[in-house]
Amino acid sequence: MSVTINIKNLVKSYKKVEALKDISLIIKPNELFGFIGPDGAGKTTLFRILTSLILPDSGLITVDQWDVIRDFKNIRKITGYMPGRFSLYMDLTVQENLEFYAKLFGTNIQENYDLIKDVYEQIAPFKNRRAGALSGGMKQKLALSCALIHKPRLLVLDEPTTGVDAVSRKEFWELLKKMQKKDITILVSTPYMDEAALCDRVALMQSGKLLSLDTPQQIINDFKGNLFAIRTEKMYTLLNSLTAFDAEMQVYRFGESLHLSTSLNPSEAKEKITRYLTEKGYREIYIEQVTPVIEDCFLALMNKTIVS
Amino acid sequence: MNDSREKIIEVYDLVKRFGHFEANKHLTFDVYRGEIFGFLGANGAGKTTAMKILCGLSKPTSGSVKVAGVDVNRHPEAVKKRIGYMSQFFSLYNDLTVKENFRFYGGVYGLGKKEIQQRTRYFLDKLNMQGYESMLLRNIPLGWKQKLAFSVASIHRPDIIFLDEPTGGVDPITRRQFWEMIYEASENGTTVFVTTHYMDEAEYCERVSIMSEGEIKALGRPRELKDRYGVKNMNDVFLRIARNVE
Repeated sequence: MSVTINIKNLVKSYKKVEALKDISLIIKPNELFGFIGPDGAGKTTLFRILTSLILPDSGLITVDQWDVIRDFKNIRKITGYMPGRFSLYMDLTVQENLEFYAKLFGTNIQENYDLIKDVYEQIAPFKNRRAGALSGGMKQKLALSCALIHKPRLLVLDEPTTGVDAVSRKEFWELLKKMQKKDITILVSTPYMDEAALCDRVALMQSGKLLSLDTPQQIINDFKGNLFAIRTEKMYTLLNSLTAFDAEMQVYRFGESLHLSTSLNPSEAKEKITRYLTEKGYREIYIEQVTPVIEDCFLALMNKTIVS
Repeated sequence: MNDSREKIIEVYDLVKRFGHFEANKHLTFDVYRGEIFGFLGANGAGKTTAMKILCGLSKPTSGSVKVAGVDVNRHPEAVKKRIGYMSQFFSLYNDLTVKENFRFYGGVYGLGKKEIQQRTRYFLDKLNMQGYESMLLRNIPLGWKQKLAFSVASIHRPDIIFLDEPTGGVDPITRRQFWEMIYEASENGTTVFVTTHYMDEAEYCERVSIMSEGEIKALGRPRELKDRYGVKNMNDVFLRIARNVE
């Protein structure tokens, strides 16, 4: 039931800006696939081509046997699309929005209620409220219900969690995991690096290019060098001190600590850094090797592209 | 030890009602000069309502709010001169050039021509953006735009800068550069009042408050809050409080 997507040598420019620079990848049936990257990475452009809203300059996308340009009508019927900006009608109620989308695809709410039940139940108490009067998290859930109401085989979600608080984001991902079990291929884009860990595979994107494409675990395994979390009793000057220490090391803020990556072996690095910081007058030095997360990998890959 | 520092924001028993709905329920908190204060909460918790009151854009139903020594309820216009405001969505004008944006905001805040020129040059030097002053803002990459927006919000040397989700959508390197600007402002004595949904950024604040259902449920240094809830990071603190687990 769920679809395979084949993207080949996709290129798209807007006047001077190259939004997608020769992108190729395959998304497997029933995959929960994440496009991770900041604004300007090309995520939205890719989704708009896939949903036949704009045309590529060159390259092709197929969804199962269908070509995204030639067979766009077939693809649209089986696709649920949730654009980044809200797709809802603000002056219709929750229920009216859902009915509208159901009718548009020639179905009704009862027929596919089973599919949207988990999502819709959370907003059903407000079904007579206008969409415009819902909170951000609830709008998100309604938009997802609307994208699902025609039982799509492909679900495309463009930054569904941007601007949403940490609690609602967590709930939203729990819902996506449930949706995946209904045999749907799910594509989701996000600027939040921590959400990558929740996908089966991810494409890390920056300025129209793929930095990396793999399972989150493999991307982490591919991290080059050793990573340390460092704290001292004085944090404000620590970044400057460590940046000045050794050009080979990458140092950046990471939550309550600094992260430092180096090609030195762990014991040597620890000793060298501790000695340096002690000489500099730092006390209560805490240094511990840590496993990188996707954001560390993204930063390392970005630095690599800047250098090369 | 904080008590010796000058209070720049003083909120006492702030209540804001819309009809029967209480958006802010008896908020009481202080922010100190030069502090980086994280104002966190779930969507719909009442953050925007409170922030609008602090900026003099909305009147409290009851309670007292002093910002930079000014009673917000009685002198909302006076407050606006002492603060800067930047939001992710609308701060600068896309169809004005970089220089024109500085000139516009400088003019709004009543700066003289000469001072505007000086301040513009100062910020462009600092951002390494000399040569871009005549470029339309719409052609400037997002990361730079946000740094410019922060600079423009500081053009009149405000006591406090309010940042409403300033780093949404930017890449991890630019996000960190933006925080360096925040630290620098704070070192220079500017108070930074910031909202964010990135919980790693909550760790960068000196103190944070977490709102849920119109109330401040927790307030303290990130380290204290993590210890209090026995969790590893601010994300878990946030989930505990805003999700009402246990």
